[in-house]
Amino acid sequence: MNRHLISAADLSLDDAVAILDTAEEFATLAERPIPKLPTLRGRTVVNLFYEDSTRTRISFEAAAKRLSADVINFSAKGSSVAKGESLKDTALTLQAMGADAVVIRHGSSGAPHRLAGWVRGSVVNAGDGTHEHPTQALLDAFTMRRRLGRLDGLRVTIVGDILHSRVARSNVWLLRTLGAQVTLVAPPTLLPVAVDGWPAAVSYDFSSVLPDSDVVMMLRVQHERMSDAYFPSVREYSRRYGLDGDRMALLPDHAIVMHPGPMNRGVEIAADVADSPRSTIVEQVTNGVSVRMAVLYLLLSGSREPAEPAVATTGGLAPAGERAMSAAAAEAGL
Amino acid sequence: MAGISETAGPAPARTGSKSVLGPEEIRRALTRIGHEILERTDGAGDVVLLGIPTRGVPLAQRLAARLEQTEGVRIPVGSLDITLYRDDLRLRPARTLGHTEVPGSGIDGMVVVLVDDVLYSGRTVRAALDALGDLGRPRAVQLAVLVDRGHRELPIRPDYVGKNLPTSKREVVRVLLTETDGEDSVTLQVGPEEGR
Amino acid sequence: MTAAGGAGTGRPGARRDQGRWLIRGARPLGGRPADIMIDGGRIVAVTESGRDRRDQGPGGRDDGNIRDQDPDGQVTVLEAGHLIALPGLVDLHTHLREPGREDAETVASGTAAAALGGYTAVHAMANTDPVADTAGVVEQVWRLGRQAGHCDVRPVGAVTAGLAGSQLAELGAMADSAARVRVFSDDGRCVSDATLMRRALEYVKAFDGVVAQHAQEPRLTAGAQLNEGVMSARLGLTGWPAVAEEAIIARDCLLAAHVGSAMHICHVSTAGSVEIIRWAKAKGWRVTAEVTPHHLLLTDELAAGYDPVFKVNPPLRTAADVAALRAGLADGTIDCVATDHAPHPAESKETEWAQASFGMTGLETALRVVHEAMVNTGLLDWSGVADRMSVRPAAIGRIGALAGGPDAISHGCPIAPGSPANLVLYDPEPITTVDPAAQASRSHNTPFAGMKLPGQVIATFLRGTPTVLDGRLTG
Repeated sequence: MNRHLISAADLSLDDAVAILDTAEEFATLAERPIPKLPTLRGRTVVNLFYEDSTRTRISFEAAAKRLSADVINFSAKGSSVAKGESLKDTALTLQAMGADAVVIRHGSSGAPHRLAGWVRGSVVNAGDGTHEHPTQALLDAFTMRRRLGRLDGLRVTIVGDILHSRVARSNVWLLRTLGAQVTLVAPPTLLPVAVDGWPAAVSYDFSSVLPDSDVVMMLRVQHERMSDAYFPSVREYSRRYGLDGDRMALLPDHAIVMHPGPMNRGVEIAADVADSPRSTIVEQVTNGVSVRMAVLYLLLSGSREPAEPAVATTGGLAPAGERAMSAAAAEAGL
Repeated sequence: MAGISETAGPAPARTGSKSVLGPEEIRRALTRIGHEILERTDGAGDVVLLGIPTRGVPLAQRLAARLEQTEGVRIPVGSLDITLYRDDLRLRPARTLGHTEVPGSGIDGMVVVLVDDVLYSGRTVRAALDALGDLGRPRAVQLAVLVDRGHRELPIRPDYVGKNLPTSKREVVRVLLTETDGEDSVTLQVGPEEGR
Repeated sequence: MTAAGGAGTGRPGARRDQGRWLIRGARPLGGRPADIMIDGGRIVAVTESGRDRRDQGPGGRDDGNIRDQDPDGQVTVLEAGHLIALPGLVDLHTHLREPGREDAETVASGTAAAALGGYTAVHAMANTDPVADTAGVVEQVWRLGRQAGHCDVRPVGAVTAGLAGSQLAELGAMADSAARVRVFSDDGRCVSDATLMRRALEYVKAFDGVVAQHAQEPRLTAGAQLNEGVMSARLGLTGWPAVAEEAIIARDCLLAAHVGSAMHICHVSTAGSVEIIRWAKAKGWRVTAEVTPHHLLLTDELAAGYDPVFKVNPPLRTAADVAALRAGLADGTIDCVATDHAPHPAESKETEWAQASFGMTGLETALRVVHEAMVNTGLLDWSGVADRMSVRPAAIGRIGALAGGPDAISHGCPIAPGSPANLVLYDPEPITTVDPAAQASRSHNTPFAGMKLPGQVIATFLRGTPTVLDGRLTG
C-alpha cells in the first residue's frame, strides 16, 4: 500500500482486496457494545475541505473517530483559505500541526497530488475536481461485493456525466483492477473524447444494456451542464438516460441500483427506484464509514512521524529495545 | 500474536534449528492443558475459548474438540484478533486484520480462556485484554499457551503452559500447525542478529 | 528617428570596447575549422585553419578560453578548436515581463538569459502591463534593451488596443517609433474576430509588418488545461482540443491569402497544424510558423503528476504531434524555433494545476533542446539549426541579412566577411543536467529542470562585443 490514497488507478489488486477485507472486519464493529477502537489513538487526521460535502466529511470524521484519532476539520469557509492563502501555505501549516493524515476535498483536479508533495503525512483524496474520488469507488465495490458476493466478472453499468465525474473515473479504474466489466452509458457530449482507451465499453442506449447488468450506478447530473449545451433539457436527459420503474424492470432479478448521492430524484433516478429494495443507496453511506476506516488504518499503521520519537507517542507502553531496533531496521530497509 | 511474528522479523534460514516438540508431543500438551482447564474451572461449564489469530485459533479449536471427545464437554470457541489493539502499530507496516468471532454465548460473566501459540513479551496478551474489554465483561480471564519462551516485558503469566522453553532473545521459536502450515512442529532457531 | 544598432555607435551599457578578436579553429555551421577575424563589430576575415589544430593545445583540446593576445595587444585570441560557430540566435517570441511583472523577469534579466542561450536578438511580446500597444511603451522596452546591452530587443506591438480584441492598436505609430516595430501580436490571446484579423493583416502591409497569431479558438478552449486526449481524460483536466488551434490557423491562412498579406503563426503545437501550414505554403501563400523547443521534446504525459511547470499555452501534446513538429521543422514547413520564454514567479507555479499560470522559460535551454531533438536525431545539421534559429527568424522579424538599409540592425547573416559579428560559439560535447537555480532568468519555471541535455554555449558576440565568454555573462 502506498503512503497516500490519491487515485484508484494506483491501487493494485492486492491493495484493493486488502482494503475491502479490512473494511469487512470494521463493518462488524458497529454491532459491538463499544463501537470504537484504540488503533489510531494519538494520531491526528485533518479534514481539509475546499468544497462543501457534508456527507463525505462526516463519513471520514466518523471513521477517524471510531479509530480514536483526533480529528481537525479545516473547511475553506471561515478559515484563512477564504483570505487567499495558497494550498502550499495551508499544507505547511498542517505539517507544522503534526497532521498524520490529511483528507482533502478540492475543486481542482490534482490538488491532492500537489498536497502530497508538501506534507509528510498521508494524503487521502476525498474528491478532486473532475479527477477521482477513490474512497467512493472502494465503498461502491465493497457494497457490490456484499450484495452480490463477488466482483470478478460482475457487469457494472455506469450512467451519466462520465466526462465530469470523479466517481466514474475512480470506479472505472478500480473495477478494472477487481475484474469487473464496466459499461458506460451517457450522451456522447458527456464522455471524454479518449474514452475508447478506457477499460470500459460505451453505449448510448441505456435500455439495451440493462438486461445484461448486475449493477447499475446512476451519477448525479448537474443542471449547469444544460447551459453548456451538453444536452438540450433536463426532461430530455431524464427520458434518455434516467432510471425509472420501467427501465428498472429490464434488469435481472438479482441486479442492484447504486447512486453515490446526493440524488436528483426525478432526473437521473425516479423516486420509486431510489426507494426500491434493489437500491443500495443507504447501505453505501453505512459502508462508506467501514471503507474509510480501513483506508485510514492501512495508511496510518506503521507510518512513524520522523520528528517524533516513537517512545513518547506510545505513552506508558514504551517499546522495549527489541521493538525499537526492529523498527529502525525496518526503516533502514526502506 | 502468533509464533513467528511474536519474535519480530522474518523467519531465519532453517539451518541451526532444533526440534522442540513433535506432533505427538503437541497432542499430549494440549490434552494436558484441556484437563487442567477442566480442573481449574470446575468442569468448564462457563468457559469460552478465544484463540488469538493466527495459530491460537486452531489450538483453541483442538482444545475444544479434545474436551468434547474425551470428556463430552462442549465449550464455545471463538477468535479474538488483537491487531487493532497492538502498541506497535506505528512502528510496523499495516497488517492484515485477523477475524474476531465471539461465540453466541457471549463473554459477559464467562471465564474466557485466551489461547495462543507462543508467550514471549506479553504484549499480545495485553492487547487481547484491551480487546476483550471492548467486547464485554468476563467473570475471569485465563491464558493458555503452547510454548512459554520467557522474556516477559509486562506483568503477565500464563495459567496453562504446554511447554516451558528457556530461550535467548537471539533465538526464534517457530510453531507450525497442520491447519495453517500443513504440519505440526515447534522448533527453535538461532536468529540472524541480536534482538530479532 | 534614432539609428538602431549600427556598429559601435556609442551604445549605452556596452561593457567592452569593440576590439579585434580572432576566433581560432571554430567550425562555422559545424563545418571545417576556420579562423574568424572580427574588427569594428564586423567579421573581416574567415580563413580555413591550419590542419589539425587540436594537436597543438595542452591536452589536445581547446575550450574556448582566451589563450593569449598578440604582441601589440590589439587582437584577443579565442581558441575555439572544437566549438561550433553559428550566427547569433534570434528569438521571435520572448516574454520579458517588463514593464509590469518585474518580479518574474526584467528586460535586463531576460536578455541576460538570452545571451547565455546564444541569442543576439529577441522579440519582446506585447502582453506587459501596460500593454505594448503604443509607441511609448515599445520605445521604453527598446531603450531598456539597449541599456542592458545583452542583446538586441525588438519589441512586438499589440494588434489590438489593450489586447482586448476589439479595436486595432496604433500599429503605424509603433512601426514609425524608435523601436521600429514590424511584428505585431496579441500573443497570449487569439485575435479571434475574423474581421479584425483581416484588417490587421491588411493594415500592416503599409510598413512591411507581419501579424503573429496566437491560434486558439476561445470558445473551444474555455477553461482548458491540457491537450484533449488520453491524458486529459484520465487526469480530469479540461481538454484543449487540437482543433481549437488548427481551426484558427486554417482560417487565417485563408485570410492571409485573400488579402495577400504576410502572416506568422506562433508556437505551432499539433500535427494537424503542420499539415495545414504545409498545404498553405504549397499554395505559395505568405505564411510562416514557429515551434517552441518544449513542443519539440515534451509530451502531455508529463502532466501526470499535476506539476504546473508543465502547464503551457498551447499545451504539451502527444508523441505523434512531437514527431510531426520535428518533421515539419526539418522540411521547412515550420520556419523557425521560437522559445515562448514565459517566466513566472514561484508562487504562480507552486499551486494547483488549474490555478497555475501558463508558460515555461526557454531562452537558456533552446539551443540545447534543439540539439537533442533535431541534431541528435539526424533531422537537422548545424547549418539547418542556424537557418531555423537565426536566419529565418531574423527574416520574419524583418531584421534579416537582406532587410533594411545601412542603419538597419541585421541578424542571421552568413559567417562571412562583411557581416555584423553576431555569433555564438557552442560546445556540443558536454552533457549536463539543467539546474534552474543556475540560470540567469529571474524565474525558475523550466520544464527541463533535472533533465540531461547536450551542449553548452561558450561565447556570444553581439556586433563584435562578447556578451558571454567562458559560458558566463561578461557584464
